Amino acid sequence: MSTDTLAPESSVTVPTARLTGLAVTMPRVIKSEWIKFRTVRSTVITVLAGVFIIIALGALAAAVASGAVAQPTGPGGGGGGGFANGSDPTATSLAGSVLAQLIFAVVGVLAITNEFSNGMIRTYFAAVPQRLPVLWAKVIVVGVLVSVVSVLASFVAFFLGQAIMSSGVTPADPGVLRAVIGSGLYLGGIAVLGVAVGSLLRHTAGTISLLIASLVIIPQLIGALLPSSWVDTITPYLPSNAGAAFTSVTPTGSLLSSGAGAAVFVAWIVVLLGVAAWRMQHKDA
Amino acid sequence: MDDDIEAPRRHAERYEHLGQHTMIVVKNVTKRFGDTLAVDNLSFEVKPGLVTGFLGPNGAGKSTTMRMILGLDRPTSGEITINGRRYADQVAPLHEIGSLLEARAIHPGRSAYNHLLALATTTGVPRSRVDEVLDVVGLTSVAHRRAGAFSLGMGQRLGIAGALLADPEVVMLDEPANGLDPEGIVWIRTLLQSLAAAGRTVFVSSHLISEMALTADHLIIVGRGALIADLPVSELTNGVTDVVSVRSPAARELRSLLLDDGVQVTSADDPEELEITGLTAEQIGRRAFDARIPLYELSPHAVSLEQAFMDLTHESVQYISGSEQKAAA
Repeated sequence: MSTDTLAPESSVTVPTARLTGLAVTMPRVIKSEWIKFRTVRSTVITVLAGVFIIIALGALAAAVASGAVAQPTGPGGGGGGGFANGSDPTATSLAGSVLAQLIFAVVGVLAITNEFSNGMIRTYFAAVPQRLPVLWAKVIVVGVLVSVVSVLASFVAFFLGQAIMSSGVTPADPGVLRAVIGSGLYLGGIAVLGVAVGSLLRHTAGTISLLIASLVIIPQLIGALLPSSWVDTITPYLPSNAGAAFTSVTPTGSLLSSGAGAAVFVAWIVVLLGVAAWRMQHKDA
Repeated sequence: MDDDIEAPRRHAERYEHLGQHTMIVVKNVTKRFGDTLAVDNLSFEVKPGLVTGFLGPNGAGKSTTMRMILGLDRPTSGEITINGRRYADQVAPLHEIGSLLEARAIHPGRSAYNHLLALATTTGVPRSRVDEVLDVVGLTSVAHRRAGAFSLGMGQRLGIAGALLADPEVVMLDEPANGLDPEGIVWIRTLLQSLAAAGRTVFVSSHLISEMALTADHLIIVGRGALIADLPVSELTNGVTDVVSVRSPAARELRSLLLDDGVQVTSADDPEELEITGLTAEQIGRRAFDARIPLYELSPHAVSLEQAFMDLTHESVQYISGSEQKAAA
């Protein structure tokens, strides 16, 4: 700021703008969310990191698998589901998703908890008093962007991995196309889950801890703590295992069918978003 | 510039159909946070063409009231309308009321320009207007720098730019002078008065009476969430009597000479000193002269705005230091 802009004047002229058609609309709120999303360097870097992880870890897993010949690395751990299933070339090439889901969850969480912690959310609720358009716009921007980027990255990882392993597996093989696209969409869904839980808890650290716990730790812990009959009933319905049901080429015995898994995964998102929407609408900001 | 001259007329036309000229109406509003009563049955109206100061000690409920005006907090009871409508029912809220509640409510990694652009986009305000308001607040040269590096004063200016973005009829600012340097304070004062002169409704909070006395035309004073006074600035000191200090070697004589209906004389520690209310310095001097009583001192003390404000709000100050409490006891 130069000093002459600060010099006191006898009057300050605020140009009137003769603005018309200033209604708040859903497309305008979505466009605004997109501007917010792309104008913060950290979000852009985080998304790129997720893409890098999907492709690089997939290629690494493929290289390891091809070096170790066709020896299966053992039955995949309960929690990892299809991602950790080393015997399946498709799953091997998509191995990066396990880590990428945490990165994209963070993208979703930050899209909303950041605004609660720095107070921006109140500026936006003043601009959009109905509030819910802000939540839906975030869901759309984060969900669509992460889904598109992850589906593309999953295809790159798949083709790269199959080339490295010379597996001969193509998307035309049964279940393969669904697993590759599903893997990308799963990550989009996880990002939306981040938005939902983030708007419920409003705190970055708490939300991220909860998501890591429920996506990675709880699925492992349940097996160790609960009686096996309960485990068999509960485990398939956890978000990560419901996801594994449609991201693996052939869901293993303990998982739901692909269709049921997708339905359960979507149900998790819808229910959490519903609770988040209720809270956003009814509580003081 | 023609626009500014026309503004009051356009403004009047725009709201003629409402049959009223009050822009913010707060009616019997109460807000509780658990057991705490933050706002207590508060009612007031804010009118266009004036700068209305919202004054009260810290913790008096000013910010809570402003948050309720913007629909961010829900009143426990009561109703608030802006330009005749509840905030949640506004079609183009930023065009009705532009506000600044928290100066630092910015993503530190986003530039001032992008922050305003995102806000403008929600309601279809064009990019050219973003440049315009950045120019008004003097931030053009730093528009593309990360807002995290801004000083509090620059944050205030950015917040004010956001408030002016959609050319609102009502401008509401919470403590806008906080963090501004003296020039900045003069600037904001001039800005608020220019906005009011153009027919807009200007509602601005402060805990400093001295600042409001220079900026505002009208005052709404609150303490502990309740209304204490709703009056033009010029009337704040009315009804508060001035005191005249007198020192004379014949203080006792003077005392009996002056005592009359409506006149109060109190003696200080020094037996030669008197404090007199109800008479002007001229009247006291004349009577002393007629009675041949010598005066060593004759000094009127106008009650300061600060004193008038403190007298009004003393009962309702929430945080009092230990020494002040002892002095009061």
